[in-house]
Amino acid sequence: MIEFRAVTKRFEDGTIAVDELDLTVEAGTITVFVGPSGCGKTTSLRMVNRMIDPTSGTILVDGKDVLTVDPPTLRRGIGYVIQQAGLFPHRTVLDNVATVPLLSGWDRRKARTRAAELLEIVGLDPAFGKRYPAQLSGGQQQRVGVARALAADPPVLLMDEPFSAVDPVVREGLQDELLRLQAELDKTIVFVTHDIDEALKLGERVAVFQTGGHLAQYAKPAELLSAPANDFVASFVGRDRGYRTLTFLHADVPVHPVDTAKLGQRVAVTDWTLVVDDQDRPKGWLSGVDGEIEVSDQDLIAGGSLYDGSTLRGALDAALSSPSALGVTVDDNGAVVGVVRADDVIKALAKARAAGEVPK
Amino acid sequence: MTWIFENWDRFWEVTGVHLRLSVVPVLIGFVLSIPLGWLASRSATARAILFPLANILFTIPSIALIVITPVLIGVKILDEINVIVPLTIYTIALMVRSVADALSAVPGHVTAAANAMGFRPLRRFLTVDFPLALPVTIAGLRVATVSNISMVSVGALVGLGGYGQLFTEGYQTDNTAKVFAGLIGTVVLAVLADGLLLLLGRVLTPWARAGR
Repeated sequence: MIEFRAVTKRFEDGTIAVDELDLTVEAGTITVFVGPSGCGKTTSLRMVNRMIDPTSGTILVDGKDVLTVDPPTLRRGIGYVIQQAGLFPHRTVLDNVATVPLLSGWDRRKARTRAAELLEIVGLDPAFGKRYPAQLSGGQQQRVGVARALAADPPVLLMDEPFSAVDPVVREGLQDELLRLQAELDKTIVFVTHDIDEALKLGERVAVFQTGGHLAQYAKPAELLSAPANDFVASFVGRDRGYRTLTFLHADVPVHPVDTAKLGQRVAVTDWTLVVDDQDRPKGWLSGVDGEIEVSDQDLIAGGSLYDGSTLRGALDAALSSPSALGVTVDDNGAVVGVVRADDVIKALAKARAAGEVPK
Repeated sequence: MTWIFENWDRFWEVTGVHLRLSVVPVLIGFVLSIPLGWLASRSATARAILFPLANILFTIPSIALIVITPVLIGVKILDEINVIVPLTIYTIALMVRSVADALSAVPGHVTAAANAMGFRPLRRFLTVDFPLALPVTIAGLRVATVSNISMVSVGALVGLGGYGQLFTEGYQTDNTAKVFAGLIGTVVLAVLADGLLLLLGRVLTPWARAGR
């Protein structure tokens, strides 16, 4: 658990980076600090491991005032993942990961064995261990950065915009990986980002910082979307926050049957028909045609996103993006189960609201 | 060339002197410029003093410095110290900047990461900053070494100059072959020393060539 108690940081030039911050990061959760640049989120993070010391106030990590611990000792007990990974270019990947164990006085052999284990934990082939950081892609470097932070098995992990320098596709993979890791490791993670989507995806609790170092709101993601504390939070979480609220709702949406046809089959199509392959996986849509035709690839109209039964947002998006306005629902094998309709999603939302599942 | 083979013992002897008079100042100057360069990379005030000072020292003609050193430090005119001290000063003047630039060029996210991992300052310097500064530092060291090998000859004016002695003697006795012998020795020594440092740099920094 990390507690900020009336923490203020005023820099020498008089600017206030963090203003009277009171906040508790619960043990075993991912807490995200989010906000525009200059809002004090990174400064707050760096005060936890004393990269920066507060002007006033107290920070406790597991009940211990960090100012009473000598910085290098404190830091070896707190994992840190920095922007651009910050790997040591002159050390092999394995030695990079072994950094903190070696600093803490482990023998080299044990530290390297541990480092090799960690490469596997973060999803990297241990063969990468012999390479230098420059020989890895940005995403791989970032994984090494995470492995290095975890090497000495610290209970607390600080992540300072760790995924901001990689492209969106890789970033999404790294985010999923972090959630998977956290499910296994159960660390207390503080994650800083300026990207609200990243914050809402990763955070169990999200602290929205406002310019001038004020904490504007500290809440669960669904609550930030449905009940922003002020105009700043409302505008920061974005225009489509109503739509995003659906991400956090898992209500049932009725699944309707749908007409399907297999490729190569001769059919008379009157209404929208879903074309599937041999394993019943959706290939595309056929709109009404005159008479009987043999279904071929050329006739198909590309489909929209698929709904995997998880959130209302997925269901609505599947319906809205489908040319037939019917969102295709698939099972775990990708086979068609049926279709969902946008008006059913809206009804489900109304029901969830009535049941008090949408935070006010 | 024939002069060299006919006077091998003499040539070998001046080569030894030349090597000692050039390498010793490089070593001392290099070691001293590491803390000075570190200081310059850390503090703007240190930089504002050290860099102009280094420039001024470097512009003092080597002849003047070598002639004036015995007077300043009060040793006998024929002592090797009289060449070693000025050349050490030149080495420092060259190397302070190299070391400072090399240390400043270590990426901020790397040093920040090192701090965040819990390195203490000395260990961070020895195992992170300095190794990362090596490629640029060695480039500076090569310039300083070659320049020293060439400058040692000036020491002939105070009777100590390695190959420089061959120049003065050859000039006085109108022996062109002797002058050429000194010239060849100087060039060969410079090329060898430069190559050796290049090789050393490659061995010490395998990571610097690890591209994608």
